[in-house]
Amino acid sequence: MRDTFVRTLIDIAKDDKNVHLITGDLGFGVLKPFWEQLPDQFTNAGIAEQNMTSFAAGLALQGKAVFTYSIGNFPTLRCLEQIRNDCAYHNANVKIVCVGGGFVYGSLGMSHHATEDLAIMRALPDVTVLAPGDLVEAECATRAIYQHQGTCYLRLGRGGEKRIHEKIDDFQIGKAIKIKNGEKVVIFSTGAIFDEVVDAIQSMEEHSINPALYTFPIVKPIDRAAIEECAEQYELIVTVEEHNIIGGFGSAVSEVLAELPGPRARILKIGLDDRYSSIVGSQKYLRDVYGMSAEKIVKRIQGIFCE
Amino acid sequence: MTSEQLAWKIRRHGIEMTHLSQGSHIGAVLSVADIIAVLYNDIANVDPADPKMPDRDRIILSKGHAGAAIYAALAEKGFFKVEELKTHYADGSRLSGHVSHKGIPGVEFSTGSLGHGLSVGAGMAYGAKKDNKQHKVFVICGDGECDEGAVWEAALVANHYKLNNLVAVIDHNKMQSLDFCENTITLSPFADKWRAFGWNVIDIDGHDHDALRDAFIKAKESIDKPTVIIANTTKGKGISFMENDILWHYRFPHEGEEYNSAVAELRAQMPEGITDMYGAEESFKEVAATKEVEEQKL
Repeated sequence: MRDTFVRTLIDIAKDDKNVHLITGDLGFGVLKPFWEQLPDQFTNAGIAEQNMTSFAAGLALQGKAVFTYSIGNFPTLRCLEQIRNDCAYHNANVKIVCVGGGFVYGSLGMSHHATEDLAIMRALPDVTVLAPGDLVEAECATRAIYQHQGTCYLRLGRGGEKRIHEKIDDFQIGKAIKIKNGEKVVIFSTGAIFDEVVDAIQSMEEHSINPALYTFPIVKPIDRAAIEECAEQYELIVTVEEHNIIGGFGSAVSEVLAELPGPRARILKIGLDDRYSSIVGSQKYLRDVYGMSAEKIVKRIQGIFCE
Repeated sequence: MTSEQLAWKIRRHGIEMTHLSQGSHIGAVLSVADIIAVLYNDIANVDPADPKMPDRDRIILSKGHAGAAIYAALAEKGFFKVEELKTHYADGSRLSGHVSHKGIPGVEFSTGSLGHGLSVGAGMAYGAKKDNKQHKVFVICGDGECDEGAVWEAALVANHYKLNNLVAVIDHNKMQSLDFCENTITLSPFADKWRAFGWNVIDIDGHDHDALRDAFIKAKESIDKPTVIIANTTKGKGISFMENDILWHYRFPHEGEEYNSAVAELRAQMPEGITDMYGAEESFKEVAATKEVEEQKL
């Protein structure tokens, strides 16, 4: 996903000399094609994310479209106030890019688990929040934030994600993507956990459960219309995110649901159950430990139907 | 208007604004007044008729709590009506206690949380150099603000990228919120720190307008280094009972003796060629009486 992002950004930046990429001294091997091909549009701000983010705001206010790049919580939590005051309040054209959403860096420890970023970034007014689910969504999301004036947050996985969509014809900020219709259950997925959801659905289909599926590569603004429609059409909405269940994608969906009048679908939020992980492991391993693997997703949904 | 006249007006407005609003930070407004007056009056290329002109110099007040000084300078330079200064801190006003750019012509950047401005200024300076723009970026910081680590992150970056179009001015009044800087977190040797970070350092009396002008001119001539002007100032400058007294970081000039003495002291220092925009002494009472009537109506 990170390679897709960089490749796409190089395409964009070759056509627009005002595009500028700043890294917080990360991206070894990943950003190299960018700095080799576009050295004048690249800056290493060093290991200083607060300065990087304010600096990006200043640069953006000079007319540049600035992408800041780092991993885990460094481009977000470490410099949250700089994002709030300097970027968002000034409507600065800064795109904050995080590689390693969720448990991507699972074996590196808690400091590197980005599991509250969606909630925190979503709480900031004038910040658009995206979490693409596969390589196609990652490319579309990169192009979309470039086109979108203002501060955006792009939460990427890492490397090795699949290409799940064949193509996306009409990627729009504020719109969810319907993958398939189903019966009784609809699953909403955001971010790179999408591959687990796809596996879960395959497994459920073998057991005669046929859930509908939507991806939400844009967490904010959330696609209210899609949620409202599904709330009428299905009995159960399941949100899946590699993130704390408090404040993130599932909460965003719940907020819409809670305000709907009349009978509506109930919700099951699948994500990290409000904790930090001190357990070390691969992304795959930690997803399973914390109930977000395909197998665990199936069990949770089956559990609801067996109640 | 001379810079001395503008500085006096900034102080006079500062007293009036904090008195009316019961707002904080008059000590900082009085300390930074001369720096801002010289910068807006004699140095910076800014135009009230075209506040967003692309080649304007950028001025960021990183110590946003002294925002009243910027608002006063901008109003006096014609960016918006002087009358609006009275709304500082008030319900529904756009003039917040810490400086905000939203809807206010001439304010380059909103601040209030310390330690942001120099990084933003560095980004602006870097962008200007990338595009071969000639304008300068001025960032006014507090000395207490230099407790913030981000200031030194910016100092590193500005040196690394040789941002000679970036000028930091430290309003070095030696005091912060609760005490003197040296009793809080030692800054000295302050100038040496900046030198060690690779900056061109100019150490001056921050109330001496000629020295300020010379320093800004020298800063503009810097070939390959960012410049920091360490402007040695006095917190509360110009009002004897406010000078170097930590009380006046937060206290506002109260009705009666405090307010009357502050105004009287300022009037005694009023440069030739201007009049007190708040009128004769009688009219202060009228203003107060009007305010009371208005309050009763509310």
